[in-house]
Amino acid sequence: MPIAATNDFVVKFANVNGSGSASANELFARCILRMGVPVCSRNIFPSNIQGLPTWYEVRVSGEGWLGRRGGVDLMVCMNPQTWDKDVASIDRGGYLLYDCTKPMPASKFRDDLTVLGVPLTLLSNSLEGTIPRERQLLKNVIYLGALSSLLGFEAEVVESLIGQQFKGKDKLIKLNMRAIELGHEYAAQNLAGKCQLKVERSDKVGDRIFIAGNDAAALGCVYGGATVAAWYPITPSTSLAEAFQKHCKKLRVDPVTKENKFAIVQAEDEIAAIGMVLGANWNGARAFTATSGPGISLMQEFFGLAYYAEIPAVIFDIQRGGPSTGMPTRTQQSDILLAAYASHGDTKQVMIFPKGPNEAFEMAASAFDYAERLQTPVFVMMDLDIGMNDWLVDPLTWDDARIYDRGKVMTADELESGKLFARYLDVDGDAIPYRTLPGVHPTKGSYFTRGSSHNAYAVYSESGTDYTDVMQRLLQKFETAKRLLPQPVRHNAGATTRWGAIYYGSTHLAMDEAFAALEGRGLCIDTLRIRAFPFADEIADFIDAHDQVFLIEQNRDAQMQKLIVNECAIDPAKFISILHYDGTPITARFIEAAISERMMLKAQREAAE
Amino acid sequence: MTYIAKPKLHHPALPKNAIGFTHRDYEGRISTLCAGCGHDSISAALIQACFELAIEPHRVAKLSGIGCSSKTPDYFLGQSHGFNAVHGRMPSVLTGANLANRDLIYLGVSGDGDSASIGLGQFAHCVRRGVNMVYICENNGVYGLTKGQFSATADKGSKSKTAVNSDSPIDLVSLALLLGATFVARGFSGDKHQLVPLLKAAIAHKGSAILDVISPCVQFNNNPESTKSYDFVREHNDAVNRIDFIVPKAEITVDYTPGSVETVRQHDGSIIKLAKLRNDYNPHDRAGAMAFCQAHAAKGEVVTGLLYIEDDAQDLHAHLNTVATPLNKLSEADLCPGSNALDAINASYR
Repeated sequence: MPIAATNDFVVKFANVNGSGSASANELFARCILRMGVPVCSRNIFPSNIQGLPTWYEVRVSGEGWLGRRGGVDLMVCMNPQTWDKDVASIDRGGYLLYDCTKPMPASKFRDDLTVLGVPLTLLSNSLEGTIPRERQLLKNVIYLGALSSLLGFEAEVVESLIGQQFKGKDKLIKLNMRAIELGHEYAAQNLAGKCQLKVERSDKVGDRIFIAGNDAAALGCVYGGATVAAWYPITPSTSLAEAFQKHCKKLRVDPVTKENKFAIVQAEDEIAAIGMVLGANWNGARAFTATSGPGISLMQEFFGLAYYAEIPAVIFDIQRGGPSTGMPTRTQQSDILLAAYASHGDTKQVMIFPKGPNEAFEMAASAFDYAERLQTPVFVMMDLDIGMNDWLVDPLTWDDARIYDRGKVMTADELESGKLFARYLDVDGDAIPYRTLPGVHPTKGSYFTRGSSHNAYAVYSESGTDYTDVMQRLLQKFETAKRLLPQPVRHNAGATTRWGAIYYGSTHLAMDEAFAALEGRGLCIDTLRIRAFPFADEIADFIDAHDQVFLIEQNRDAQMQKLIVNECAIDPAKFISILHYDGTPITARFIEAAISERMMLKAQREAAE
Repeated sequence: MTYIAKPKLHHPALPKNAIGFTHRDYEGRISTLCAGCGHDSISAALIQACFELAIEPHRVAKLSGIGCSSKTPDYFLGQSHGFNAVHGRMPSVLTGANLANRDLIYLGVSGDGDSASIGLGQFAHCVRRGVNMVYICENNGVYGLTKGQFSATADKGSKSKTAVNSDSPIDLVSLALLLGATFVARGFSGDKHQLVPLLKAAIAHKGSAILDVISPCVQFNNNPESTKSYDFVREHNDAVNRIDFIVPKAEITVDYTPGSVETVRQHDGSIIKLAKLRNDYNPHDRAGAMAFCQAHAAKGEVVTGLLYIEDDAQDLHAHLNTVATPLNKLSEADLCPGSNALDAINASYR
């Protein structure tokens, strides 16, 4: 039986990268959004510019589930290299759309699939006045036209989006609309009634926006007052730095002088990038870098300096598949331990974990407050799924009454009035000392910043006591950090349960859906989403309050679990690891299956006893 | 080094500069380097240069890497903020500091190990960017703190107590010229009369000013077979010019033989008077300077003096078109676009 579904299915496009499919595929997702139906889209792309397989997955969900569901209902097969695997991955009773200009042997199909052949090459060749490269691109637009007929898109929606995309280029609008019409007409005449997947107008999108986390984080940097960005190109973080540049050009240029209220430097490597960030923060500017795992590895020595000399810094780690070059274009949460204890010697670093674009925006802005208040690096731990995929989320919000927390910076007036300045002395009892900025006062407040051992007055010292005093205070400073940073978010099941689950970051989308499904099956679990390290006391309390705790993460080694075991002194036997680390975003089906299996197994065992 | 604390009191009749400061106001802690170290002479030259320029010490930021040379910022300008970064990475930290506040004077102090080995990449790139700074490489050809290994600037065939260097040397002056530095000079720690005006001119220069200062290591590289020893440099020093640095509006008091003096006016109005010691040398010719240095190096001569200067240099801030107000002085009102702007941004993502 062919799958029949309205506003609830998954379409996957299998393309060759460099063939111009990305914009047509994105247009497909936007058409559905414009019809008021929530979608989420994910790019699964190669580390390559032209010729390798790339996929774009769109989940249509009237219910508003925006994580990856798992499975495919309709596959648009445009890549002969991956044809066999693509066809095999379609759910039973699903659909296959392909270019039928050249006949394919019957053995290349599956009996249970509904095959939707559209002669894309033939149709694109009929477009007069085009060159071969344009016809290649327009094939993608023609399948979009065919899909608009098969799935029932409103014609005006498609037309207005094409008009918007090619605004001011009338010739391109005409050409693209002609391609849409070709595909639409062909499907209407030859494939009518064959597809039982439908999109129906709804009102479930509301005022939500469709934005990638890197873009939102970059906006957070603009709103949070960052003035210096130093970075080195690395997937998947590059688009964050580029978005910061784009937004600054619109929002941070003096209207009169046309001068920039920002400085962006593309450094020679990640080491130089973090060096510039530390230099700028030391000198009182809010500065950040964006990078990924390999960059975090390279920056290690500077992280130790920043921790020990107490210099603020904001680092965005858009995590990808490691180790080594690993899977540069795939997602993972596998830098947790690397960042937590970054650099040699006894160190500990602050991390915050946004769940998606909204928190990426909010936490990016707040990260500068945390860094300056705590005088230490703050790692904003994102991942490729958040950073590079467009997510449908609530509009970004900003409170105009918000004031930046610039931390403990002693002013010239305070120094002049005779207030004691000792760079590394805890005078307030929160283990955070005062700092001064270079040039503050002619005779007071200067000090020497160094990564070598120093006493409370910033003077070089090889005394064991001077050294341990500073190291102990740094530990205490992390107690202050615990209270300052975002607290975990707890969700209690409808009924009392001895089962708990902990997760963080981009996993939340699939988690929300999986837990609703589990609860629907009577499997109740309390959940806790971690948002920061050092860990709030509530995390240990939550674990204590449950017999067993699932820890769901996207890495091989259960890194967050190990960090909790280590930092909160918890028995590892309390945890059941649910790990997904093949480079694709974790799915609701995966979580639901893994957890329900464990819970039912336990129930059976207990019944047998 | 000495353990005797410096007395804070000083003679009431010590000469004062234009802003009423004495020499003592430009000093730092007592040096912990070896007696006779060239680096201490460079610190003394820096103290004198800043005194003569009547710079307010707190308007200077001193940055360094790791090594003997990088320790020295503690030994001059005690009222300035200092930053002893990690090995070879001073240039990036200085670049960031400079971006944050364009109004301060940035002194980068490094050595040959710090700049020519581990930090060669950062040296090259901060020069390329035109960061407004004085970058001093205190060049002794050896690693002093780890007791005498050759550095990358050691000449081929140069001998230490236990080994002969077989690697080709890296010449930071030639590199700086190649990479687009707008002020390139070489000095010798043993020639204060040449070094002080070079430092003054470098401080006034708006752009990357690179000073390679041969600074003998008395402990590990002052032997007769070394090309970075006091004796060798004195015997092979080929100074192309003598300069005198004059601040705007100051009276010109130097007297040179007519025809042998060239005046260079810098961006800030300051004037450099160049007394030509060699008529065949033109400090405005980048390619010529490179050829000259190479040719003399091949003959075993150390070329010193102001080797290249670009009169109308531009710095990184000019390239980035940043506002005149230092970035670290901008407030929420300057930086945060506010909620109304965010509404429009949200709309663009629908």
